[in-house]
Amino acid sequence: MNSPLSSTVLFQLGPVPVTQAIVTTWAIMAILVIGALALTRRLDLRPTRRQATLEWMVSVLDTQIVETTGAAPGPYRGFIGTLFLFILAANWSSLVPGVEPPTAQLETDAALAVLVFLSVIWFGIRAGGVGGWLKSFAAPNPVMIPLNMLESVTRVFSMFVRLFGNVMSGVFVIGIVASLAGLLVPIPLMALDLLTGLVQAYIFAVLAMVFITAAVEEGAPKTADANPAPTPKDT
Amino acid sequence: MDYLRLASIVCAAFAVAFGALGPALAEGRAVAAAMDAIARQPDAANTISRTLFVGLAMIETTAIYCLVIALLLLFANPLLA
Repeated sequence: MNSPLSSTVLFQLGPVPVTQAIVTTWAIMAILVIGALALTRRLDLRPTRRQATLEWMVSVLDTQIVETTGAAPGPYRGFIGTLFLFILAANWSSLVPGVEPPTAQLETDAALAVLVFLSVIWFGIRAGGVGGWLKSFAAPNPVMIPLNMLESVTRVFSMFVRLFGNVMSGVFVIGIVASLAGLLVPIPLMALDLLTGLVQAYIFAVLAMVFITAAVEEGAPKTADANPAPTPKDT
Repeated sequence: MDYLRLASIVCAAFAVAFGALGPALAEGRAVAAAMDAIARQPDAANTISRTLFVGLAMIETTAIYCLVIALLLLFANPLLA
């Protein structure tokens, strides 16, 4: 049985080995980007069915962002939405026969978690400046500085181990069951995997959003507290 | 079959078994509390179930950590290399 921690190298691109996960990631990226471009090419004030579906997706995303954090969704919609859609597509790519989801490999999840780590810094600095962002480490009081610094690393680590563990264990269990009884028996487990994939994508996006807004709110100047309720115009 | 290999396999099984115990109890408590809250306040069911899902994922992470440790012991054991 193949180790779930190792990755299959398909071919060499100069000195860089290209693994199966990278090829799948590229395919998913291409499908998402080309799909998004093709679907948003002709937008109209009088929406067609296709445009209405897209608008529904965006508004669901906005509602989730507002309900989980209370922040205006405008600046975060792109990043969080892309994160959610990519992880969802990656988790569900196991439905295509012969494709192993790229999120079942450590590297992909680590890359996503690093992305979240950097975006927390980026949004934190953009909201409160470098000083405000540094001050957010001393959030309740300065005693917490080492703990907060440790937390900003460990929570990213736990995010990526969570995503990796959930997706990889699904793939692993299906592999074991399929080697015992190949026909029809793994199907309920695959259905469970779909649910796990959806929940994990949702949780990854929600946690990223929570971390970002925590950095933004703690780093922002105190005058921002005067109007906590987001107005619809800001969206 | 040398000692180290045997110990790794036994410890991997123990890690998964006892690592699943705590999160299972914790998830049961969390779901029970959420059911209670939804029964008292059906209006807040959406918020409660959303928070429940995020909380369950958090709790589940501890079991996942044990699974990852077990897999490290079985497939990437630094002592056996």
